[in-house]
Amino acid sequence: MIITPFHYIGLAAILFTIGLAGIMIRRNVLLILLSIELMLNAANLIFVTGAKIHGQIDGHLLAFMVMVIAAAEVTIGLAITVLLFKNQNSTDTNEIRWLKG
Amino acid sequence: MISVLGFYFVSALAVLSALGVIFAPRPTHSLLSLMMTMVCLSVLYLSLGAPFVAMVNLIVYAGAVLVLFLFVIMFLGLRTKDVPLLSRFHPAFLPAACLTGSAFLLILVRLSRQVSAPSFHGISGQMHAIGMALFTKYLLPFEVISLLLMLAIFAAVALGKEEETRA
Repeated sequence: MIITPFHYIGLAAILFTIGLAGIMIRRNVLLILLSIELMLNAANLIFVTGAKIHGQIDGHLLAFMVMVIAAAEVTIGLAITVLLFKNQNSTDTNEIRWLKG
Repeated sequence: MISVLGFYFVSALAVLSALGVIFAPRPTHSLLSLMMTMVCLSVLYLSLGAPFVAMVNLIVYAGAVLVLFLFVIMFLGLRTKDVPLLSRFHPAFLPAACLTGSAFLLILVRLSRQVSAPSFHGISGQMHAIGMALFTKYLLPFEVISLLLMLAIFAAVALGKEEETRA
């Protein structure tokens, strides 16, 4: 028995699905951001696996850039979360409803 | 044989800790679970012959981004009340969700059967090749992404400062 690329891709799919489920079922803004991180990491695993399949280095660079973009996203997201908490005194998305018509 | 067992062990650990991220009752615990997932993924990157990505993942993600998360959770966590798990979950939607999910799974299995299994190729000259590609072929994306990072810092400072002046 040998480990094929499908094993890695399947693992990435499972992690991505768990992240998506987390976004859907959790109502805490911080946990939604954490689930987004999980999905980004699953995508990174696909990139690195693709680099290994094709024998090219490009997938590693794309994974690196995804990490940089994730860092930028986390910076903005956490700043917004802190601001939201100061204004609304809650991080529950059920209680944040001033965008609802 | 050892590598097969190792792969299954590390990926089972990654999936379990990922489940811990979304099911842990307290934000701090789910953050620590995510850190465990990052460590497992770094091991998998090493097994895929990507030491650079593995180390950046450990240093930038587990070291910096998640610690930033931890700061914010500590900052907010003392005063925020617990958001209950599954607070918007309604059992009436369960059959529809199961149906849609199994349909997607069926499509996925069907499609993946048609694809022939790819095989792995070796990658040579790791760090040197990455550095060369980053500063020649990917120079423009690299510069644009650094601009994006700088803008994110400006935006975070602006968001934090606005509240101060308003108060």
